[in-house]
Amino acid sequence: MKTSATDLELAIQMDEAARVAHELRLKRDRRERNGRILKHIFLIVVSCVMLYPLFWLLASSLKPENEIFGSLTLWPSEFHFENYTKGWYALPISFTVFYVNSAIVTILSVIGNLISCSFAAYAFARLNFTGRSFFFALMMMTLMIPYHVVLIPQYVQFLNLGWVDTYLPLVVPRFLASDGFFIFLMVQFFRQLPRELDEAAMIDGCSPFKIYWAIILPLSLPAMGTAAIFSLIWVWEDFLAPLIYLNDIKSYTVPLALRLFLDQEGQSAYGQMFAMSVLSLVPVVIFFGLFQKLIVRGIATSGMK
Amino acid sequence: MRRFFARNAPAYVFLLPWLIGFFLLALGPILASLYLSFTRYDMVSAPRWIGWGNYEYMFTRDRRFWKALEVTFSYVALAVPARLIMALGVAMLLDKGLRTIGVYRAIFYLPSLLGASIAIAILWRQLFAADGVVNQVLAMVGIQGASWITDPDTSLYTLVVLAMWQFGSPMLIFLAGLRGIPRDLYEAAEIDGTPRWRQFTRITLPLLAPVIFFNLVLQTIESFKTFSSAFIISNGTGAPADSLLFYTVYLFNEAFKFFRMGYASALAWFLLVIIAAFTAIAFFTSKYWVHYENERD
Repeated sequence: MKTSATDLELAIQMDEAARVAHELRLKRDRRERNGRILKHIFLIVVSCVMLYPLFWLLASSLKPENEIFGSLTLWPSEFHFENYTKGWYALPISFTVFYVNSAIVTILSVIGNLISCSFAAYAFARLNFTGRSFFFALMMMTLMIPYHVVLIPQYVQFLNLGWVDTYLPLVVPRFLASDGFFIFLMVQFFRQLPRELDEAAMIDGCSPFKIYWAIILPLSLPAMGTAAIFSLIWVWEDFLAPLIYLNDIKSYTVPLALRLFLDQEGQSAYGQMFAMSVLSLVPVVIFFGLFQKLIVRGIATSGMK
Repeated sequence: MRRFFARNAPAYVFLLPWLIGFFLLALGPILASLYLSFTRYDMVSAPRWIGWGNYEYMFTRDRRFWKALEVTFSYVALAVPARLIMALGVAMLLDKGLRTIGVYRAIFYLPSLLGASIAIAILWRQLFAADGVVNQVLAMVGIQGASWITDPDTSLYTLVVLAMWQFGSPMLIFLAGLRGIPRDLYEAAEIDGTPRWRQFTRITLPLLAPVIFFNLVLQTIESFKTFSSAFIISNGTGAPADSLLFYTVYLFNEAFKFFRMGYASALAWFLLVIIAAFTAIAFFTSKYWVHYENERD
């Protein structure tokens, strides 16, 4: 076996080619890394701009009154925590009452949404019945209807029932699956569950209700969780319905109470107003922090708001 | 007959809450508001039939109605594209080559969750006040900022910026859509030396068209319904000089401040027609500009 000159040349050429390829790869990697770093810098700048208003709100809630406007710094020269304690009692009724009211409305609404929407979604996704596609199309159409269109007749209806100034107009519709978004979200999820489960359970003599309760619900906890978090946040922030149905300040929810601060604007209570604004956002931020994954997946799969 | 009943009964039991809700909270009220829109109704005396009177007044004599339409359409025309471009741009940045996108995703989504709240509307009023943060930043680069909220020429832009700030949910939907585009298409384009911009127009945009379409329809409908922030920032009236007279704010005031329930119902029905028309146009034209991946053309 002898090594010819051409073989040697070939080997050298191949080595050279490998070297060039390696260099190219290095160059590409370097370019990609630089690109990544640039991207990170850009994204961090955007993040700061996005978050600045929120930090400004937080900072202003702690600043002395004369520092709120006229300075961009977020760090207060002295911390005025009393904005929070004073703000809590700044309105004729303390915020304890508003928070309890909001909590009652929110909890009842979330329960109502979960029960009624999962019922409807189970029927649409898992049961065969006459008129299914017709009703499903109707349900999808209601998603489009602006709340303002049904508002006036609903108001007249609830007024005649004597429900104005109670929480019933806010809560009862949720027990009647008024928010089709959640039905849609759950239908999407229920459909993915294997059909064989229902069939096997049916053969074992399970009733549809048993299947819903013992099979579908336990397997659908992520979807139920997503729906619960979204409805919690939306009901908590809801403004229009409480604005219309609640007239007595004792029954106000937190957003209505915050609006009262605006009427007192100019009485130099900005710090207190911001403090109460911050507090009203805290539950939302906490729930977002805890259930971020569920929220993100929920939007990506259903395309909600 | 009995078999028909036995087959359908369980499903309708499950459907019952929604069915009641549909008739009492959706269909009934929609028909009722159609009827009311042909009446004069102040909630004290019974509705009085006036035929097309409300609509005639609306289209021919009501200046504020036209103003409300102008404000709302301007808002939709500015806010929807602004929000979608932000969302798509950021989603594309997050999509490629970064491993730790979770934190950014959370930061960019947070404003969308908070944006509809009264607290943020209150905050926005102060950010764009004459001595607010925005003007201080502008002053640093030597620009004398306007009194954004109280100047009728600029007030609408504060709400457009608020809408842009909440680009989180379309961003998440775009991200999911971008994930669905096969990587090898970009690799092939890279090998062919296709410039980035052409990769964007020839690969990303066409394959993302269904998602863009979806976001566009959804965001347009959402933007027509904007209420809380406009209501708070305009002191509940549409001020200054009706420059923030969003359609929903006008409707609310006609109904619950002046108790012109008949006229407000006519306004409500026209809003429904606008939204239905937009949805229909989007769907019927979609076949010309949206290509779904499983289609062969």
